[in-house]
Amino acid sequence: MSLALLYGLVGVGLVAMGLYAALAARHLLRRLLGFNVLGAGVFMLFIAHATRAVDAAGRPDPVPHALVITGIVVAVSATALALALLRRLHARHGRPTLPEDREG
Amino acid sequence: MNAESTLLALLVLPLLAAVLSLLVGRRWLGWLGMLVALLLVVLAVRFALQVAAGGAVAVAIGGWAPPLGIALRADGLSAFMLLVQSVVGLGVHAYALAYFAPARRAFWAAGWLLWGACHALYLSGDVFNLYVTLELVGLGAVALVVLGGSGTVAAALRYLLLALVGSMLYLLGVVVLYLEHGNLDLQALGTLVQPGLASSVAAATMTLGLLLKAAVFPLHVWLPPAHAAAPAPVSALLSALVVKAALYLVVRLWTGLFGELPAAGVALSLLAGLGAAALFWGGVQALLQTRLKPMIAYSTVAQIGLLALVLPLLQGGAVAWNGLMLLVAAHALAKSALFLCAGVVQRQYGHDRIAGLGGVGMQLPLTATAYFVAAVSLVGLPPTMGFFGKYLLLEAAIAQSRPMIAAALVLGSLLTAAYLLRPLALGFTEAATRQAPRTAGLGLQLPGLLLALAALLALLVGAGTPLWRLLAVGMPA
Repeated sequence: MSLALLYGLVGVGLVAMGLYAALAARHLLRRLLGFNVLGAGVFMLFIAHATRAVDAAGRPDPVPHALVITGIVVAVSATALALALLRRLHARHGRPTLPEDREG
Repeated sequence: MNAESTLLALLVLPLLAAVLSLLVGRRWLGWLGMLVALLLVVLAVRFALQVAAGGAVAVAIGGWAPPLGIALRADGLSAFMLLVQSVVGLGVHAYALAYFAPARRAFWAAGWLLWGACHALYLSGDVFNLYVTLELVGLGAVALVVLGGSGTVAAALRYLLLALVGSMLYLLGVVVLYLEHGNLDLQALGTLVQPGLASSVAAATMTLGLLLKAAVFPLHVWLPPAHAAAPAPVSALLSALVVKAALYLVVRLWTGLFGELPAAGVALSLLAGLGAAALFWGGVQALLQTRLKPMIAYSTVAQIGLLALVLPLLQGGAVAWNGLMLLVAAHALAKSALFLCAGVVQRQYGHDRIAGLGGVGMQLPLTATAYFVAAVSLVGLPPTMGFFGKYLLLEAAIAQSRPMIAAALVLGSLLTAAYLLRPLALGFTEAATRQAPRTAGLGLQLPGLLLALAALLALLVGAGTPLWRLLAVGMPA
């Protein structure tokens, strides 16, 4: 098994785990972390490809790197906004869950 | 000013306004906003004329051509969406001037970010850049929802988390496309995509992500609470424009990138099935609502379903294409007008319970008229824009022998009439339960009326041949 394939498979695994947590978890912090794991999986998949697509001089493909950095910036800003909202929700209700996910 | 400069101005101006909104004094916020909004409408009209006359426009930023640079591209569809965005944006921002008094800096800054992100989305010709703009639209929209106060935080968070998952799924599809073809340019990919596992995975994940953002049934659960809880001008922007941005991408992908795949017919029929389900589920839920704003929000679920329902007809040519675009514009104008009316009612009476709307027709004649015109356009009665859109789509459905789509279109319109006309009937027939404590000013009432009337006037000035000429630019064969 090549290194790129291993990274690719790990990426796919992270996508599956992250997607499950982002949709199924009740605790909103878990859901947010799930989104971040999902993002890490997508980025991993992308970067794994860069090592496979080397040019004649042995340099990896630069486009995925540029895009993944942009993607990380976007994900970090979105996470910051979600965390700020989560703090507000917690301050108001005392619980880090959405109304439909609260028991009793 | 040539077409390329107009394109760049349309892209830069709203983002500049967003930054300036953070810097200028509070009393200048509204004037700055109105000035830029008016300028954008003029630019959008000019750009539409330029595209109609000179064909599609492409700009390589900084001289970097794709695949290394980011392509900005606009055809008839882009120019048309920019036009809809600008007209609705102008109306809603004018309303916000009266609604948020004194001016709220957060509304103007986030509103301009949202407006600029929508423009960037309609002008991007690169699947990755589209991901970035899609995310910007989502962040702007969530920031605007929270303006409604701490009661809206739960709705905003639900919206944000699902929107993030939606755009990440879209990005997964983009990655798969790049792995397979080493290209991100929408136009170049259109010629490269071949039937196979990679294109199927890419098409499935990208579409699923976009359906989540467009709130197509059964992925709509986040929409009614978020759109109903937000302040009225924000609800208008979200329902009229933001969901359309995701739907625009679905149309782009399935008429360009994946349109030639053998599975395209099945996929579009599946979307139509979801659309029909949304039309009825949203309609029934709207009928069951006891308050005005949640009813209008459920109506958005239904109307998005209507737009998804007719997607398979796009494979049949120009009639359906023109009809869909008219319907998109009609919904944007009518839905924003309805939310603005709901905001006036909420201000005036301190509630928006439908049962308490008796006498609105007498106490708020302008707002009741605006609601009436918007409702008639959304139902699709002549001579409104909604009627002509539905007429063309019905014609296409019959010509392509799609009786199910035609039937769903007609039945869905009846359902629309049932829930939209109920508050109006109450408002005109029942006596006022009590005197209105306040009177809403013209500044609050006029924008909604003008937006509703725009659906009538637009047909006099622009629709027909000039509009068809614009939409024909870059229309998929």
